[in-house]
Amino acid sequence: MVNPIKSYRNTFVLLLITLLIVSFINISLGSVSIPIKQLFITLFDGEVAKESWRTIVLNYRLPKAITAIIVGSGLSISGLLMQTLFRNPLAGPFVLGISSGASLGVAILILGASLFGASISSYTFTNFGLAIAASIGSFLVLSAVMIAALKVRNTMSILIIGLMFGSLTAAVISVLAYFSSASELQQYMFWSFGSLGNLSWNEIIALISIFSIGIVLVIFIIKPLNSLLVGENYAKSMGVNVKLTRNITLISTSLLTGVITSFSGPIAFIGLAVPHLTKLLFNTSNHKILLPAVAISGAIIMLICDSIAQLPTSEYTLPINAITSLFGAPIIIWLLVRKRKIYY
Amino acid sequence: MKLISKHIIKVSNLSIGYTSKKEVKTIASDLNIELNAGNLVCLLGENGIGKSTLLRTLTKVQPSLKGAVFINSTKLATYNYANFAKIVSLVLTERLPDSSLTVYELVALGRQPYTNWIGYLTTEDLLIIESAFEKTNTKHLLNSKCYELSDGQLQKVLIARALAQNTPIIVLDEPTAHLDLHHTINTFSLLKNLATEFKKTIIVSTHEVNLALQLADELWLMTPSKFISGKTSELIKNNDLDLLFDSNLISYNKTLNQFTMKNP
Repeated sequence: MVNPIKSYRNTFVLLLITLLIVSFINISLGSVSIPIKQLFITLFDGEVAKESWRTIVLNYRLPKAITAIIVGSGLSISGLLMQTLFRNPLAGPFVLGISSGASLGVAILILGASLFGASISSYTFTNFGLAIAASIGSFLVLSAVMIAALKVRNTMSILIIGLMFGSLTAAVISVLAYFSSASELQQYMFWSFGSLGNLSWNEIIALISIFSIGIVLVIFIIKPLNSLLVGENYAKSMGVNVKLTRNITLISTSLLTGVITSFSGPIAFIGLAVPHLTKLLFNTSNHKILLPAVAISGAIIMLICDSIAQLPTSEYTLPINAITSLFGAPIIIWLLVRKRKIYY
Repeated sequence: MKLISKHIIKVSNLSIGYTSKKEVKTIASDLNIELNAGNLVCLLGENGIGKSTLLRTLTKVQPSLKGAVFINSTKLATYNYANFAKIVSLVLTERLPDSSLTVYELVALGRQPYTNWIGYLTTEDLLIIESAFEKTNTKHLLNSKCYELSDGQLQKVLIARALAQNTPIIVLDEPTAHLDLHHTINTFSLLKNLATEFKKTIIVSTHEVNLALQLADELWLMTPSKFISGKTSELIKNNDLDLLFDSNLISYNKTLNQFTMKNP
């Protein structure tokens, strides 16, 4: 007997091929131009004409491409989870204040350090320290939003509460910034621009580890997430532990968003825009299809944004946040103007 | 605690209602029910009298205030949600949230209590889903999106989802509230057929009192004064139906076997 639920195998093959091509284009671009052939040789461990090319590719471009893939897919999955959990197409890690929570964590670490203990030099803040601060911050803010969500139930109110938490954290950051030194402020500003580069292989391993934990948690809630599509009451009547599902969603979202935001800064719009684009492409609500689809699409779009931010043939790199917003905002507007109803 | 009983649902001295910090609000008390399997039961009563509260209590959505409920000879409180999902399935009156679920995906969700952690559908699952489509005569809708369906079609598909859950008891909360006469009768005859042919125990809360009189094997009446349950014919004989509505407005007419409006 044939299961009539579509598997979308061809679309997935196409997406994976696109991902490979885009990754390769991303690695081939940069301020130093490296011949395509030498690039291949480097990637597949052969004899390279110039040793500096190998260093550039292996220690700079490859880590950056991997970071882009993880950031893109992690944020997109988080956005999808939030949209399903809140049954609201406007939900996403950014809107619900998770990113501002991470910002607050980092701000307290960088800007607040001199207020609470001046002995800590700002240069001792490793990416790991930032990662922990951002994770704690994002988890606390998301928890606060979730507790409020349990009380009000109305999804619009939840979004407004999320925005309010965003304003609150922004206010606290302003106060911290007012009392900080110029160098601390600059360090925080650079973090908030977002950046995919500058990660060492050790940091990438840490990023991948936490990302993997988040993804494993998500895989275990695919089944209950699908039943939540018909509402909490039906889900309960089918034996789903709604509270547990919500908590796992909360934990995996804050792990994914927290670790990504801490290593790469608050990346805008990807978490909101990619799930919608994917839903338009796949026209399904089935999480067994949507989760891998959103992960691959997110990675592809992040790689494209990063390739644009490279400003090919130039020495400058634009802040990645500018590119994702330039790309994300018109898409959301276009979707709304088309008046096509978005089913989430 | 386990009672040996042939009744699929047995309720004794049940009180239903809500508890808050300050007070206990009793909606109805002294409810007694003894129901055999394979019956179509209609739960009748005015708006706001507590039909939904009773259904919510019987389906483990909210706790009872007093008394005992036995489903399939097992005390309701001893079921966990996963096991209870294999005994009782629901068709709710609430609207489905917007999604692009297909009809097949929706009906297949009914298999969730039985599938593995990722929701893999085995051949047995596929066969049960297929038979749910056949019983409800909805096979032609299989590939449609749920949002494309009319209210009548959606109601049938929701019943198919409950059938895919393959439970001995199906509880429906006002399933015909949004339907015209054709689809209302269609839905009720489907439910009647499920009870007689497939031995499902079906509990329906409804305002279609005249249809209930014709089709239901048993009636549960929630009247302002008391709760009455029993075979339809016996309740008619005992003149219990007159208690259901304000006698100045509506009365039960024995010769027509219908509720009729009192002449002004």
